[in-house]
Parts: sequence; C-alpha cells; structure tokens
Amino acid sequence: MQNRFNKIKTIDEAMKHITDGCTIMIAGFGGIGSSYDLIQAIIKKGVKDLTLISIDAGDPDVGPDHIVGNKQCKKLITSHIGATKAAGELLNSGELEVEFSPQGTLAERIRAGGVGLAGILTDIGMGTVIEDGKDKVKVNGNEYLLETALRADVAIIKAEKADEFGNLVYSKTARGLNPLMARAADITIVDANEIVELGDLDPETVITPGAFVDIIVKGEGDWTWGWQ
Amino acid sequence: MGLAIKEMMAKRAAEEVENGYVVNLGFGIPQKVVNYIPKEKTVFLHAENGILGAGPAAEKGKEDPDIVDSGCVPITTVPGASYFDSADSFGLVRTGKLDITVLGALEVASNGDLANWMVPGGLVPGMGGAMDLAKKAKKVIAITMHTDKKGNPKLKRKCDLPLTAVNCVSLIITDLGVLEVTDEGFLLKELFEGHTIDEVIEKTGAPVKVADVVKVIKSEE
Repeated sequence: MQNRFNKIKTIDEAMKHITDGCTIMIAGFGGIGSSYDLIQAIIKKGVKDLTLISIDAGDPDVGPDHIVGNKQCKKLITSHIGATKAAGELLNSGELEVEFSPQGTLAERIRAGGVGLAGILTDIGMGTVIEDGKDKVKVNGNEYLLETALRADVAIIKAEKADEFGNLVYSKTARGLNPLMARAADITIVDANEIVELGDLDPETVITPGAFVDIIVKGEGDWTWGWQ
Repeated sequence: MGLAIKEMMAKRAAEEVENGYVVNLGFGIPQKVVNYIPKEKTVFLHAENGILGAGPAAEKGKEDPDIVDSGCVPITTVPGASYFDSADSFGLVRTGKLDITVLGALEVASNGDLANWMVPGGLVPGMGGAMDLAKKAKKVIAITMHTDKKGNPKLKRKCDLPLTAVNCVSLIITDLGVLEVTDEGFLLKELFEGHTIDEVIEKTGAPVKVADVVKVIKSEE
C-alpha cells in the first residue's frame, strides 16, 4: 500500500491531535459505527476536560460512554444517555454538563457544521424546554428555533473501507452519523476495517469524499458485542 | 385464552396500519405492534439509526453486527429496505413521510400534548428521537397504561412533566380502552372487555366525552 498523501498513520500518531480540553465528535449509534480502537486509545491517553459530541452515550462497553465513565469529559452534547449508567450518574452528581438536543436536530446541527453553515431553523422542540435561551426567527409567518451548527477539533469515524486518499464507504446501519461528522471537524480520523488502493472503490458508492479525511488508521476491533 | 392486555393494546394499534405505510415504533409496548400487522400488508418500518425496511430480530448465530434497530438489537431487513445517514433519517421524519409513530407516554393532555422523555429529579435519559417523531409523524399514537403505578391519571387536562411535543397525539390506546384526541378533548370510542365507561371517566384527569357507540374489544378477538 502506498501512502502518497501521508494520511495512513498509526493510532499513536493519530492520538497527537487529541489533547486536553478539545472537542471531539464520535460517530456511532449505541456503539454500532463507533471506532472501538480509537475510543480505547483516547482512554489510554487519558486526556481530560473533553467536550464530547455523540448521538447517544453508546453501549457501555464499546461506545463513547467509556470515555465519559472514565471522567475525561466536562461536557457532553447528545440526544440520549438512557442506555448507560456513567453519564447519568455524572450528570446527577454535577461532574458532567450535558446539553440535550433532539436527535434529528443534533444530526442537522452536525450536518450544518460540516457543510459550512452557521446554524439551522427548526420547529422541533417548540413549546418544550428545548426552546429555553434560544433565538427565534420568523419565516413566512412561522416561528422557528435557531439551532447553532456544531463543529469539532477532531472527528472519530468508523468506515467499512477507506482508500489511500480517504474516500470512504460505510456498512449498513453503521453509517449513521459517520458521513455527517466526517465533514464537521478540523481533523477527521477514520478507523477503517479495510484500506484499499486508489481506484478500488467505485466512485458511485463513495459516501464521504477523501478531501474531508485527514488521517486513516487500520483498527483491530478485537471485541465482541454482548449478544455475540 | 385471550391475549394479555399489553398484547391487545399492540394488536389494536396495528389495526391503524395500512398497506405501504412507513411506521416508526417506540420502545416497550409499541415494539409489539409489528407482531400484529397482517402479512398481506407490506409495511416499511423506520428505525432512527438509519434504516427503512427493518425486519424481524436476527436469529441467534446469524446476527450481522452492522444491522441493528434503534435499540441496538440485531435485526434483519425486508425486501425493499434502504440504509441512510442520520440526517436523511430525520429528514424523512421532519418532512412528514412517517405515516404513523407509536410511542409510549408518561402523560398525555386533552389537547394532545405529550410528555414522555423526562421526570425532573429522576432519570434524565434524554429525548433521543422522540421530539422529532412526535412533532412530525402524520399520526401519533400513544400507548400507555391509563394510570401510573400509584393510580394517578396519565391522561390529564395539562401535562405536569416536561413536554416532548405540543398538540401531537391523535389516538391513545390504554389498558382500559381507546380514546381520540379531539378539539373538545378526549373522546372515548372503544373499551377493552371487562372495563366500563364510568371507570374510564373516573381514572382520567380531564373531562371525557363518550362516542355515541362505544365498541367493546373482546379479549378473544
């Protein structure tokens, strides 16, 4: 495998971009579509005061909740923490700030951040606590909440295949937030199950163009789901 | 033997589903609804994590770790299924492509307000996709016990708990019967066998209008 764009790196090299106080997006839904190896590397590095953006806190054994439970986060921006214990306990004890965003709104805030927009207008959450503190904008007589775009210092992405340039294809429901987050960070780190030569991916099937990808690592993924 | 009440509630909800419908089922009793959709109806189940055309749970040993529903349970797909990212998944919800969503409820108000995502001072799991689903599905069916564990009404004039969405529920299926949310409040239309109109009125925290004909859903049905 050639490395003409110097994007293919070791996990240790990739971890240089994860520092105290940085904002990290981790894709995946309940751990499916999350990079187990990169999450473990973040835990091993022990960085603190992270702001973590993830759709849920994930499966307690394989998802981003591992990082939350390890008390490495000061803030979590998410839609759901119900599947995990650590996040709820830290929220109740005041050790973790949690910003809840409705799931579709959260996805759209990340999408906006990844396509160079400052925010979105939505009526989801009108008449609920989600309104609190947010600006409202009238369009054609209807009122909407202004939800700000989200970007991160680093995005942690799991792909089925990456080529040398970083073109990505995903697998089934492991796609989820991955294509959205891959665009929404200053440094996008991809854990690919397989790294292939340029030209091996059918351009018609590429979901994330390689221009969005900075670092590609080959994960080992040595773990099993609870039901396996 | 008749079906257990929760199964009957799920079966009743399934009657609302038509051929070709796009349907999202919440956790708990709503998940049972799929078991009662007749085989002659082709329905596309939506799961928030990015699938339209979710099939039954995967057989043990045949799970694909990359095919799961929104509860992260390994599932299968039906012919005609598609995968997409989370923005498309909720784009589909927000543009009204969901014909029905069936959700659990902590409280429902007589104007259709729904509270189902948090109890202040208690667990705060987060709303997940519930706010999007409740606000934008063409039809929102709430499935819930008529009262809470202490016997307090869950159907009320006004929700006390933080809202999921305003004015969104159109049909409520409880363990006592089926109520429609109308401009004049709750309208009792059906009773599960063994329950009475008076019982529904007594256990509801808001005025209940009664339909001219109240159908009784027999347990052997």
